[in-house]
Amino acid sequence: MLDLSNGTVSLTEQDLEALEIGSGILGTGGGGNPYIGKLRAREVLRAGYELRVQPLETLDDQAKVIPLGGIGAPLVSFERIKEGREGLRCLRALEQRLGITADAVACEEIGGQNSMEPLVTAALAGLPVVDGDGMGRAFPEMQMTTYAIYGHRSTPSVMCDPHGNIVIFDHAITEKWHETMARACVVAQGGASVLAAAPMSGAFMKRYSIPHTYTQAIGLGYAVLEARRDHEDPIKAICDREGGRQVFAGKITDLKRHFKGGFNVGVAQIEGLEGWRDSEAEIVIQNEFLIFNRDGEVEVCVPDLVVVLDLDSGLPLTTEVLRYGQRVAVLALPCHPLLRTSDALDVVGPACFGHPEVTFRPLPAKEAAP
Amino acid sequence: MVLRLGIDVGGTNTDAVILDGRKVLAGVKCTTTEDVMSGISEALEAVLEKAGVERANVDVAMIGTTHFTNAVIERRALDPVAAIRLGLPATACLPPMVDWPEDLAEVVGGHRYMLHGGYEFDGREIAELDRDGLRRIADEIVAKGIRTAAISSVFSPINREMEEEARDILQAAVPGLSVVLSSEIGRIGLLERESAAIMNASLLSLADKTITAFGDALKGAGLTCPFYVTQNDGTLMAADMVRRFPVLTFASGPTNSMRGAAFLTGVKDAIVIDIGGTTTDVGSLQKGFPRQASTVVDVGGVRTNFRMPDVFAIGLGGGTIISGEKDDLTIGPKSVGYRLGSEARVFGGGTLTCTDIAVAAGEAEIGDPSKVSDMDPDFVAAVRARIGEMLEDAVERSRVSPEPLPVIAVGGGSILAPDRIGDLEVLRPENFAVANAVGAAIAQISGEVERIFSLASQSREDCLAQADSEARATAINAGAVAETLDVIEREDVPLAYLPGNATRIHVKVVGDMEGLDA
Repeated sequence: MLDLSNGTVSLTEQDLEALEIGSGILGTGGGGNPYIGKLRAREVLRAGYELRVQPLETLDDQAKVIPLGGIGAPLVSFERIKEGREGLRCLRALEQRLGITADAVACEEIGGQNSMEPLVTAALAGLPVVDGDGMGRAFPEMQMTTYAIYGHRSTPSVMCDPHGNIVIFDHAITEKWHETMARACVVAQGGASVLAAAPMSGAFMKRYSIPHTYTQAIGLGYAVLEARRDHEDPIKAICDREGGRQVFAGKITDLKRHFKGGFNVGVAQIEGLEGWRDSEAEIVIQNEFLIFNRDGEVEVCVPDLVVVLDLDSGLPLTTEVLRYGQRVAVLALPCHPLLRTSDALDVVGPACFGHPEVTFRPLPAKEAAP
Repeated sequence: MVLRLGIDVGGTNTDAVILDGRKVLAGVKCTTTEDVMSGISEALEAVLEKAGVERANVDVAMIGTTHFTNAVIERRALDPVAAIRLGLPATACLPPMVDWPEDLAEVVGGHRYMLHGGYEFDGREIAELDRDGLRRIADEIVAKGIRTAAISSVFSPINREMEEEARDILQAAVPGLSVVLSSEIGRIGLLERESAAIMNASLLSLADKTITAFGDALKGAGLTCPFYVTQNDGTLMAADMVRRFPVLTFASGPTNSMRGAAFLTGVKDAIVIDIGGTTTDVGSLQKGFPRQASTVVDVGGVRTNFRMPDVFAIGLGGGTIISGEKDDLTIGPKSVGYRLGSEARVFGGGTLTCTDIAVAAGEAEIGDPSKVSDMDPDFVAAVRARIGEMLEDAVERSRVSPEPLPVIAVGGGSILAPDRIGDLEVLRPENFAVANAVGAAIAQISGEVERIFSLASQSREDCLAQADSEARATAINAGAVAETLDVIEREDVPLAYLPGNATRIHVKVVGDMEGLDA
């Protein structure tokens, strides 16, 4: 377990193993391949750098915190793996452009490889990463963070690719414009870059980030590892911890998946097994698993989490590793309340993903841990 | 009727069976030998004699082997490989073999090279191919005396040209160099594809020797029929393909034993436990097929993205060593392995093994039962109870539903299994000891299609249907029964670099061989 009650902690290789699983679950299929992310973080650790996580509560109100993450299509970062120092080049260029020195790095997206990207960059820069993030999951677009939803303006920002190109977005009139311009740039740069956004104050981060998500993801990963070790059901362990439930089990019978406009988009079709033997289900993909339909009815949709696991091992599957014939379990987990306000639903509700016909009906909220 | 010869070359035993249609005429078990060939020859002679068939009448031979998997697991007989990646400046943070166990990377030499090259998702070059760099590597390959190379380029499943050009440059500079291209082996996912290519390259000379030995053993026994080798998805590959792609045989052992168990019992849904000399493999049968692992599979500690059965092993077999008293038992994981015939007590040795316990309990007649007749019955009962618990744990892990499925016990060590495991009944089919060889003999025929389709004039669904029917036709021409064909792989990769909305479609179907219908 990761215990931050005594202040900042340095992560171990074992913590990274747990984070790979936990961020894979919270990543709802996207956020980049967590295995690749873990290997990168591990290489940095083995090279002698420290991967430090700082408790949210100890952040100084005046601290300058730079949020960053990978942007592009998970499929690309799984094949054209990053050069490795893109994030550091972003951070340095942004500090230079603004004439500031960063105090800490923030995570934009705890899901998938984007849980690791801030750790890698912060380690190389000698900074801590704050224990929280802007999504509590993964979303395909940059304006979909609680930072942006609750008023942070993310420009000036910097985007770097493996080639050494550095692009500064000096000013975007809205967060959506920033996403649109960044997306065009990332396609030009080959589909998987890193972006560092304008700094947030410590006070803002304490108020509007999804809190303690590194602790949560690592704890979730350890819970799955323990369940596997004790031959208990990892799927039940995940649901118990996150207040979720299993909504389907089945075999993938078709997979439409392609790279379009800087995203992985597609649909996975699943034929029911076990208690769902006479059902057919479908999951809509845009980098993440967004909407789960069963027999033509929407059962789970964004911003609640649609998680796809290997049916037998309980390990999370990302959209780029899905295959014909895979046997999967689908879980529904409730999202954080900060994503359920009307302000949030204007940015991350189903209509924002091209599904205005779908009404978001929230899953029962997560009960406070005993 | 078709006469089929099935051979299983394991780490401990070499088994052979002859099938006439669905009937097992004879099965034999011999010890695997250092040179492989003499063990096969011995098994062949014995099984031909036992079945009483004419050599000239054997129509086809199928060989299943764990030889290549074991080489990786045991880190032996692997050649050094020049592992060359084309992709810089991208991918620099994770060099080739970054996630391999250190000892395995050392065995294949740790020759890691990264050069500029590779493609972006849309077909642009990440960087121009570093031809000078390749020539420098060629000089090093010559200086170090390396004989094989594995080349992986970023996005080679979408465009193979750069891997092919790099191969031509290397082979021009290093005559006789064997080169494996990652695009010949795997799918998108650079690290897994690259690792598979490196492992394949390190096994090439062993594959060549092994396939030659198989062929010589068959010729030596006067068999002139064609022979095939089983691969990890339970289908056959021509022997010459194994010389090029030995990695495709990984995990064929468990696949064969599980399919053999289904065939011998007629049961389609069960848990299969294959108890050998050192380990027990446990897996689950669904509709007569081994359940596939759907996440990545480790081979000797390396992640690959092959399609493989979901099997796990525990350290329990006929040669497993027992120590301690009845209240404080240690069973395994150490085993006397192929030295069972000299070290077990029933063979006059001084080591107490699981086989001795089975004999003492009257479950088996092996060796000299008088050597274990003085054992304390309470101790024997305690050991048997513990073995039962170990098997029950393993079976529970493989169960995915509370349904009371039968357990099929196969393999030479299945005398260790009790009549019930937990609440499940245990079946021991006739010929249980040679289920692996039976599985090889009934391996399936596959048909594959992989080519580029244009979506300009027809829909994706039409292209997939066309690929399906081409794959089916290929399988039927190769001798598969149409009614049994099933799609096991179907994938389409859009090729953004080609005009006309092109997509590469890969479909694989498998089905039973003719002459096996009940």
